[in-house]
Amino acid sequence: MQESLFTTIGYAVISLAAITLYGISLNGIVRKIVARVHGRFGPPVWQPFIDIFKNYARRRSVAHGTMFFLGPVFRLAGGVGTYLFIPAILGSAIFSNFSFAGDVLLVMYFIFFGQLGMALGAGESGHPYSPMGVGRGLSQMTAFELPFALSVIAIVIQYNTLSITQIVQAQQGSILNWTLFTNPLAVIAGLFAMLGMNMHSPFDIVIAPQEIPIGPPTEYHSQYLGMLQTNRGLFTAAKLVLFMNLYFGGATNFIELIVKTFFIYMVSVAVGVAFPRFRTEESIRFFLKVPLIIALAAIIFVSL
Amino acid sequence: MSDKEKDRLENKGLSPQERPLFCDKRPKTYKPLNKYWEKFLNWARANSLWILAYGTGCGAIELRPLMTSRFDMYRWGIAPRPTPRQAGVFIIGGYLSIKTLKRVIRSYEQMQGPKFVIGLGSCTINGGMYWDSYNTINRLDHYIPVDVYVTGCMPRPEAIIAGFNKLKELIKQGKADGDNEYVKNLEWYKKNQKQIIKDWDMPDYNW
Repeated sequence: MQESLFTTIGYAVISLAAITLYGISLNGIVRKIVARVHGRFGPPVWQPFIDIFKNYARRRSVAHGTMFFLGPVFRLAGGVGTYLFIPAILGSAIFSNFSFAGDVLLVMYFIFFGQLGMALGAGESGHPYSPMGVGRGLSQMTAFELPFALSVIAIVIQYNTLSITQIVQAQQGSILNWTLFTNPLAVIAGLFAMLGMNMHSPFDIVIAPQEIPIGPPTEYHSQYLGMLQTNRGLFTAAKLVLFMNLYFGGATNFIELIVKTFFIYMVSVAVGVAFPRFRTEESIRFFLKVPLIIALAAIIFVSL
Repeated sequence: MSDKEKDRLENKGLSPQERPLFCDKRPKTYKPLNKYWEKFLNWARANSLWILAYGTGCGAIELRPLMTSRFDMYRWGIAPRPTPRQAGVFIIGGYLSIKTLKRVIRSYEQMQGPKFVIGLGSCTINGGMYWDSYNTINRLDHYIPVDVYVTGCMPRPEAIIAGFNKLKELIKQGKADGDNEYVKNLEWYKKNQKQIIKDWDMPDYNW
């Protein structure tokens, strides 16, 4: 049945709103968990929402030029674009978004689109920490892109499709059908790449508190920062949904989605609270050694 | 003087070559929004206080324990922020030398409103033990509007937390309006600042 344009747009808006709220709450929960690990009470779970409201309600904002203005817009477009082409819940009309036959390639492109846009915007702000953070971010991105792309290629070869929906469908039936069990090497390489992508310690070299506080968004304030914070929630959740779809069998309802993405995110958080930050070159060398070899092994394993 | 010229600052401290490089727009005051909406936003502002991580005197040492698990300021929504653009609360941690005052003014003006100032220790109130020093200022609120003073030399972290709670009350009641106050009385503040900072080589308002 052909749905009307308005229904499609309505579904996309609902889906986007739900995942944004979930992503922002997830950030709040993680802050609480990290605080408990430190032995603190930590901020309330809804703290990110208060911060976002406050930032949007700032009375003044200064622009440094057109690109500066467009930076957060590109970042948010990257987040929205990434999410809108991932089928979040299998078989759901509302949450299958704009998934199509070649979406895995488009999603991989969109994940990096936002960072490139942000790099241009932050560059125009003129603060010395911004290009430093951007340089670190882009070089780290290039490094973790290798194991991630190889891992995705391994999965694409394995399931012989470029559609995320079909990859999820192939994993249905039993827990043993998940990529986690059918191709564990690709999953390990992908999870290593995810650690880099989520920018938690030890890979938080872009934001690098106490070193180049706080990197690219140094000059971003008020509504710009509000947009970046909104995107942080949305983008985190979108990436987790992608990883859930590729490696952990996808989800057939919203509860399953929340449970699975939460535990996938916990991998990043657990590593983050246990390890101190890498230096830039250490981080890049790390990705080019073990994860890359594992990802190559995954492709060989699949093609045999 | 035409309206357009009134809207501009003179920036006399800058050389004619430098003047075009800086913004000379005069800041504006802002009216509160609709009653209920403003009330909600004031609640959000009170529960998300981002401190500018800039210690100006010995009082800054008392801010560090606030981040630790013993005092844990994060549970009240207070967090340090490394850049004035994103920060909303400026804590002047004790004595303020004239050299530092210049940086304080630059940072304060770069913060986006609504912004609040907490004066820490006796030095910000009347100069404290530095009251007759040749290179410190005595009364902070002659130079930037202060919302809350915390007395002591130095105040303990508990006292600082009490100061934060007072600031929260003021924000929720809509009484912490230092941002508009500063813009309204810009001439007076600038006169005081320029009186004490002899090498004024920055624009009249650091955007």
